[in-house]
Amino acid sequence: MGYQLRTESLRKVFDAWSKEYNIYAPKIFEGTGRFSETDVIRYGIVSSPEEIVWDQRSEYSFKEIIVPICQTLFYFTETQIKEADFPPKKAIIFLRSCDLHAVKRLDYMFRDNGPIDYYYEKLRENVKFVLIGCEKSFEDCFCVSMGTNKSNAYDAAVNVKNEAYFFDCKDEYLQKALQESAVSKISVAVEYVTRNSVMVHIPEELDSRVAASTIWDEYDKRCITCGRCTIVCPTCTCWSMQDLFYTENGKAGERRRVQASCMIDGYTDVAGGGCFRQKSGQRMRFKVLHKVLDFKKRAGFQMCVGCGRCDAICPEYISFSHCVNKLGDAMREVKENGKK
Amino acid sequence: MDMNCGNLKKNAFRMTKKRGITASRVRIPGGHMNAAILGQIQHIAETYGSGEVHVTLRQGFEILGIPFEKIEEVNKALQPIIEELHINQGIVNTGYSSSGTRNVMACIGNRVCPFANYDTTAFAQRIEKEIFPNDLHFKIALTGCPNDCGKVRMHDFGIIGMTEPQFDPNRCISCGACVKKCEQLSVKALRMEKFRPVRNTDRCIGCGVCVHTCPNRAWTRSKIRYFRLTLLGRSGKKNPRMGIDFIKWVDADSIVKIITNTYAYAAQYIDPQAPGGKEHIGYIVDRTGTAEFLKWAMKDVHLSDKAEVYSPLYWNGIRYSGLK
Repeated sequence: MGYQLRTESLRKVFDAWSKEYNIYAPKIFEGTGRFSETDVIRYGIVSSPEEIVWDQRSEYSFKEIIVPICQTLFYFTETQIKEADFPPKKAIIFLRSCDLHAVKRLDYMFRDNGPIDYYYEKLRENVKFVLIGCEKSFEDCFCVSMGTNKSNAYDAAVNVKNEAYFFDCKDEYLQKALQESAVSKISVAVEYVTRNSVMVHIPEELDSRVAASTIWDEYDKRCITCGRCTIVCPTCTCWSMQDLFYTENGKAGERRRVQASCMIDGYTDVAGGGCFRQKSGQRMRFKVLHKVLDFKKRAGFQMCVGCGRCDAICPEYISFSHCVNKLGDAMREVKENGKK
Repeated sequence: MDMNCGNLKKNAFRMTKKRGITASRVRIPGGHMNAAILGQIQHIAETYGSGEVHVTLRQGFEILGIPFEKIEEVNKALQPIIEELHINQGIVNTGYSSSGTRNVMACIGNRVCPFANYDTTAFAQRIEKEIFPNDLHFKIALTGCPNDCGKVRMHDFGIIGMTEPQFDPNRCISCGACVKKCEQLSVKALRMEKFRPVRNTDRCIGCGVCVHTCPNRAWTRSKIRYFRLTLLGRSGKKNPRMGIDFIKWVDADSIVKIITNTYAYAAQYIDPQAPGGKEHIGYIVDRTGTAEFLKWAMKDVHLSDKAEVYSPLYWNGIRYSGLK
């Protein structure tokens, strides 16, 4: 059933939801940008619809709510362990179609790929998703190419037009408050984009031989291995474990897991001082092929959802989509060389 | 030919080598302007001058080859530029009212540069409004960050943008980029301890490299803008020297107050015999002593607890033999 709401009435809905849930949505973090006097749009708790940035893509994804940047798992002493508390409130996450498809990737990684990850599951089981309809594509988006421009896997969905909000709702809990505050009941079709200015083609014949191509070499000089592309990616899930000792005797402390990145120094360091991927180009190769080749081999579907955040955040203007579009030529190159 | 040279210079025209020929000195506060001004300068140069323009060292234009008899017309033609740049002026259509205090210079600042910690143009324009017109010889320059592309330590007042880095441990992924960059580009004020960067607050110069480097917004800028104020640098014949640190973590309002206070001090103590009524403030301070200068400069200035005032103030620089 669909509902139309005005800002005022949606505020009441938010109040009702907020009793049990934290509402997470893209919002402005003023003055926290990389450059002075610039803002950042990222996920945070909102208490009213006006706080939400409806018309721009967030620079960082919703991922950090269910795959925290830094998550304490437990506290330890010599003889005891105490599990860290999970957030007392459940979560409602406002996100776009590409991101909702990313949830499927995260679920695959933490729920389906081996035993269920307890720490992920504890957060994930308490989440409801509200899909934000996309009226238009943003710069660098390529969801249509990745087939992630539409989604039905939502609990509720909303189109926003001139301070009017049109909800479609499948979830009983969410529906209750919507129903009470709705201005009118109507049927709502969630908006989605049907074309992006960026189009990506992943070659059917792509295989691991492409690792030998020369296309990776240019990134040795261009990429600064800052890792922003993976940090903002809604489908990157790598982490490191940190055991932090509070005391000098090293007998009490906490274990936490912290997001890690295959682009950043240290990721492939091994005992004895070895490092498997030293060059930036090698790291770029690993990342790109993980996104469009390796993951699919295991999971059966593409990892990248085409949100375009990696392109938008790269301080060196390295474009992931541009790189993927070179893979066809790269395959031809390695096949040619193979013949010689 | 009769010309009151004092008035000519005060009106921002230059005495040149060539008799009867002057040059019009157009100040661009903070070096920032609408491109339309370039067209107006071109027009003046081609209509009244030789058609040549010199880009000055202090971010202005000098319109060359103007005959004395064209000065009045040039002043009228300068009026739209003066208005566009919000220059304080005595009487309309008479050009600049003074030229003693030099153009307030600024690096490109945060309107363009990724490293700048503040809007240098806006601050330069604010200072411009506070101090002009004025005949006392003051040189003020602003730079966005401690890179000091503005070379502000060569000026009486050097204003260097700072930020106090704010750290959110929940967003830190222990990548170490801030520590590495602080060491490579700045003063090695960060070290890694228990997976997190720790900032040596005494050593930190507030350059913002950590904020610029952080990939995950763990480091961000302070809401309050801070500055380092450097004092009494100068070039010239007697004792050229770099400006020294005066206050670290000072706020913008205090800087403006200190500068305007210094005008009162200079008016009181300037050498009455100074050639052309022009004496660098630094030489006045050399004469009165730093204590007397500080008494005037710091009058009604209320620094925050964060501000660190350097003491004692001691300048060195080049000292030519036989000169006291």
